[in-house]
Amino acid sequence: MADTAATLPPAHRSPRFDVRRVLTRHGAWIALALLILVNFAITPNFATWQTLNVNLTQVCAIVIVGVGMTLVIATGGIDLSVGALMAIAGALAPLIFLGKLFPLPHPAVGIALAFVVPVLVAAALGWFNGWLVTRIRIQPIIATLVLFIAGRGIAQVFTNGNLQVFNLPSFQFIGLGRIFGIPFQAILMITIVVAAAWMLRRTVFGRQILAIGGNERAARLSGIPVASVKQRVYLISGLLSGIAGLIVIARNSAADANLVGLGMELDAIAAVAVGGTLLTGGRATVIGTLVGALIIQLVRYTLLANGVPDAAALVAKAAIIVLAVWLQRQSHR
Amino acid sequence: MAPLLSMHGIDKRFAGIPVLRSAELVVERGEIHALIGQNGAGKSTMIKILTGYYRKDAGEILFDGRPVEFSSPQEAQRAGISTIYQEINLVPYRSVTENICLGREKRRFGLLDWSAMHAEAQALLARFKIDIDVRRPLMAYPTAVQQMVAIARAIGFEAKLVIMDEPTSSLDEREVEVLFGVIRQLKEAGVSVIFVSHKLDELYAVCDRVTIMRDGRTIQVAPMAQLSRLDLVTSMLGRELSQVLHERLDTSNAAGEARETVLKVQNLAVGRKVHDVSFEVRPGEIVGLAGLLGAGRTESVRVVFGADKPDGGTIGFNGRDNAISTPSDAIRAGMGFCTEDRKHEGIIPDMSVRENLTLALMPQLARRGIVDEARSREIVDSFIKRLGIRCAGPEQRIRELSGGNQQKVLLARWLCMNPRLLILDEPTRGIDVGAKAEILSLIHELAGQGLGVLMISSELEEVVEAASRIFVLRDGRTAAELKGDAVTEQSVMAAMAHGDQSAREAVHG
Repeated sequence: MADTAATLPPAHRSPRFDVRRVLTRHGAWIALALLILVNFAITPNFATWQTLNVNLTQVCAIVIVGVGMTLVIATGGIDLSVGALMAIAGALAPLIFLGKLFPLPHPAVGIALAFVVPVLVAAALGWFNGWLVTRIRIQPIIATLVLFIAGRGIAQVFTNGNLQVFNLPSFQFIGLGRIFGIPFQAILMITIVVAAAWMLRRTVFGRQILAIGGNERAARLSGIPVASVKQRVYLISGLLSGIAGLIVIARNSAADANLVGLGMELDAIAAVAVGGTLLTGGRATVIGTLVGALIIQLVRYTLLANGVPDAAALVAKAAIIVLAVWLQRQSHR
Repeated sequence: MAPLLSMHGIDKRFAGIPVLRSAELVVERGEIHALIGQNGAGKSTMIKILTGYYRKDAGEILFDGRPVEFSSPQEAQRAGISTIYQEINLVPYRSVTENICLGREKRRFGLLDWSAMHAEAQALLARFKIDIDVRRPLMAYPTAVQQMVAIARAIGFEAKLVIMDEPTSSLDEREVEVLFGVIRQLKEAGVSVIFVSHKLDELYAVCDRVTIMRDGRTIQVAPMAQLSRLDLVTSMLGRELSQVLHERLDTSNAAGEARETVLKVQNLAVGRKVHDVSFEVRPGEIVGLAGLLGAGRTESVRVVFGADKPDGGTIGFNGRDNAISTPSDAIRAGMGFCTEDRKHEGIIPDMSVRENLTLALMPQLARRGIVDEARSREIVDSFIKRLGIRCAGPEQRIRELSGGNQQKVLLARWLCMNPRLLILDEPTRGIDVGAKAEILSLIHELAGQGLGVLMISSELEEVVEAASRIFVLRDGRTAAELKGDAVTEQSVMAAMAHGDQSAREAVHG
């Protein structure tokens, strides 16, 4: 062993420090750290539990949807329908637990069904997206545009366009509950992130997702069931959108089909892009998406907490996305 | 006068592995300079460093008397270095004119001056003796024409140095002659050409001098005329490998005849290209599928593998008829398929050697859907050793490997599945002589162990040497079956041209 080490050129053992490489590989982490440091310096009351909780709860929905989006983008697709699916799930849940859809034998049954049914409906609609993409062979951006347009309309038909207000702590636990002082939704978010990250790295399904995004034709000729993998990915994206929809209405104690998940598709895609997932597919990081969402959220918080108007915050968000995509291109050289 | 280009002491490492060690390349003005070496010898890296695609770690580049370090191919192009790659980097949907004038459109009163651009494109192509309607989309023309358009486009930039990386791989004989004419014209006009090719005939036909690379070093620089073919091959391969190449491969497979067929294809019809194709493969036998471009070879084997749907005929595999309708069916039944298009249908560029190698095996390597990485590493290590895959390690990205080594990984992708039949479509395309010999001898070894091999190759010499039986396709029909002594280049060529009858005459006459 000593022998080999001696003959190896020095560069092999200690690659020289390359700023560009570090930036492109860990840019998102560095940006997040910088943002937190800046906030410690300038934002009043930043280092408090409350700030952490506010930011965590606001970022949860984006992260959960972003995880599904990461998987879809990893196959080389995109899912524009996530916001609309959130609205559908958000509209269905109150209808069920308020007993407007069908009579309930017991309130507990209503609550259980209000968790399960909307999420399953969202998952089924996600499966429908996948069906359009794989069987009818419609481009993902167009296929998911169908539900992006129609989904919110469906949600409004369910509710006759009415705002549904409710106060039901046992249901709202998903958005308001705490375990050991930590918001339940944050725990749910971390669980989903960790599970998806593990799945992408270690399971056959995860590797097949990346293989399809990396080279679909080669994947097919290697026996990977491309259509079925893609369908499952869109289904997961729909399912996670359903969960995010429930969290949002629970947090607000109200479901408004016009507003739940509005613009979520763009936030989720932005989080994925900022996090370092390749938008053309084949390379994806779920943890990166978490970091990306945190960055976007923190920038918005920083600007708002320091009195910058919301409109300007949008410009900042756009600037971050441009920077992230630019960095991504650099790493490809 | 100083040379047009001189590259001295060029070093480059990828992930700590040296790929260039003090490499040299000097090109005189108005010279056609051959750059040759096995895949992995460092030719492409050298060219990519010159054109600014990679950065060098050390060394010096002088171009036109000035030290240069381009940061992008565009910058190199502006300085007068044009590159023509194997792949066609054009926009197929746009017109020929748009492709030629892309990036240097002519304007008039702020608008595009289409008539001037069409005229220029037409004039440029006329230099290459190509007369086509430049208003039509590029994809309306055959690949060879598209290749010529790419060349015309590159040269239209008033280049001082044109780099051609295997420019002839998709051209037919006549077009190669036209290309050579153009190269000679360029030379007369004082333009230098770096010509990368694996075809010795071409090198001797047009090149003035040659630089031979091996293992990242410049081994020899000599005038082409002073170097015999044997010297050239020897210095390219190193002595040991060239001996391996000259050893006759053992092709006796008489025992195969008696056994049952593993694959039996009868009266296959697919689309407009395949009308009536029949062939069969026995275990331990190497069967060649010969024919001109467009004869229906690739289309036929794709259907056998389940990648496309047949319109008629029967495909019997392992004694079961028409049981395969998708690639996964084929793989489960024991088939492997290396496609001709390694880049678009073979490798997953961003994934590691390990993941590319185990792509088909992965489901079997998993327990409850979780990949057993330790076992996967074991298998990959053993195949890297067995096939002599040159890489920095199993986790290196496959895109960083040379073509020959990528091909070995793809072979290993199937070999690790223990297939009964391996279909190889142009297994040695774009691969240097050394890796070619290695891959061919590996195929023989596998056949010796009972694997059935169905091989398509456009290099007649290769099929004739490797295969014990050859089916010749012509215009979508099986024109002849040749075996034993009847397998000669003459008989195969005769069958490709005229069918079975003349093939027999070629043998007996």
